[in-house]
Amino acid sequence: MIGFWTLFKKEILRFWKVLLQTVAAPILTAFLYLLIFAHVLAAHVQVYPGVGYTAFLMPGLVMMSVLQNTFANASSSLIQSKITGNIVFVLLPPLSYLEFFMAYVLAALVRGLVIGVGVLMVGLLFVDLHLRHPLWILMFGVGAGVVFSCIGMMAGIWAEKFDHLAGVQNFFIMPLTFLSGVFYSIHSLPDFWQGMSRFNPVFYMIDGFRYGFFGVADVDPRLSLAVVVPTALVASLLTLWMLRAGYKLRH
Amino acid sequence: MTCAVRIRGLEKRFPRVQALRGVDLDIEQGEFFALLGPNGAGKTTLISILAGLTRATAGTAEVMGHDVVRHYRQARRNLGVVPQELVFDPFFTVRESLEFQAGYFGLKRDDAWIDELLSHLALLDKADTNTRRLSGGMKRRVLVAQALVHRPPVIVLDEPTAGVDVELRQSLWAFIHQLNARGHTILLTTHYLEEAETLCQRVAMLKEGHIVALDSTANLLQSGAERHLELVLDGELPDFLQARLRGREAGRYLLALPDYAELEGILAGLRQAGVGVRDLTVGKPDLESVFLKVMREAAP
Repeated sequence: MIGFWTLFKKEILRFWKVLLQTVAAPILTAFLYLLIFAHVLAAHVQVYPGVGYTAFLMPGLVMMSVLQNTFANASSSLIQSKITGNIVFVLLPPLSYLEFFMAYVLAALVRGLVIGVGVLMVGLLFVDLHLRHPLWILMFGVGAGVVFSCIGMMAGIWAEKFDHLAGVQNFFIMPLTFLSGVFYSIHSLPDFWQGMSRFNPVFYMIDGFRYGFFGVADVDPRLSLAVVVPTALVASLLTLWMLRAGYKLRH
Repeated sequence: MTCAVRIRGLEKRFPRVQALRGVDLDIEQGEFFALLGPNGAGKTTLISILAGLTRATAGTAEVMGHDVVRHYRQARRNLGVVPQELVFDPFFTVRESLEFQAGYFGLKRDDAWIDELLSHLALLDKADTNTRRLSGGMKRRVLVAQALVHRPPVIVLDEPTAGVDVELRQSLWAFIHQLNARGHTILLTTHYLEEAETLCQRVAMLKEGHIVALDSTANLLQSGAERHLELVLDGELPDFLQARLRGREAGRYLLALPDYAELEGILAGLRQAGVGVRDLTVGKPDLESVFLKVMREAAP
């Protein structure tokens, strides 16, 4: 257990020491989205009855920040260690692959949730937001965070240079999150794209998360949970399998 | 007694090269052992397999009786590795790096031991300095400290003195010598053969993935290259010495001298021939000449 705690602590300190870049910057980015989209769209769009666009946007932005930053934390920590070679410091000790997994995933999750809460706090200064079902909010926040921590770990292990990681970020993570209903309800889309959105697991993460705030959503939150939980399980198992096999870490 | 390191039939195939082709090796507890070989001979691969950084294609490796794959936790607890590359974590100070390393090995915080290590390695005044601000030699010593923080009985040093200046090298060896005297087993790879010669009791030489020589340093020196005699004469080399001639450069004759006892006869012969001796050196075989000879002659 000491091994796990130490690695977890080290991973937390790693981003905590550069707080401005790893926590403050993403909160500011989300705030800018809020400012711009709310300014442009608030007067024109109402998605759910009684829910203003700015309020509607908030949970999406929080979730998007959680997803992007859990991914960023796990992936950048691993690629940096691999490229500078200091990954040996964690490969030489008798850490089990499970300890390794837990430490990286939980640290990424902590950063994601700290930023998520930060974005929410900033948002609350501008929008009146109720947390109808806090437990659902937490479940979706954690579930989605675990998925993207795992994807971040897998990408960090797989990538051999920063380019590879940027590729995953720009061609996989960004489209998945932007096209998942952060900024809109999928009911506003043409039938075809509405159907396509249902194949995007991120859609369920955001929709279920949003349900926690408003008590209404595009689909039944139980369906969303039934997508997010197994996705988190599969992502965890895949990551564990990679670690156990020593894929790209132990030749 | 359990071997500190026990290797049987170890093979490693990479997609393009076969780095190890069936290596057997036992290193006893308390030995100071050198693993020598040219670049690409398989030294680092062998060490990486011991450390669990690389997985063998075939064969087994044990550290203090623990298989490095099946009982990796025990094996790694018993092993401290100083890697060849100068790696460091730019986010942390020297002390933090050491505390983390101890924690990864499941150890509770032990400031006294960390201070002792730092003072032995002359790093105490750098304890709270970020590792990226250290010079190359200091970074190397931090790596040594990191490898020792869990007090492993077996210590592997992969080219520990590359790029370290003479003074530091001396103090580093004194420290490692001390560890050996306290019972730690030391496995060393180095390009500085004189270091291996003075420090190590036993030597293995690797060539293209095979062990081509494995013996005590003394035996290797004895058996290896022949002794030679270097002469500067004030005349031509007399006929009776022509059979011994191995080379000639800038007025110096290089003669074979298998036995010291023959020296007297040679000098007497020179006197008789009326040739004066201006300079005379008896060259002892060193590990470098043995190494070169082994590498030249060994059929891999």
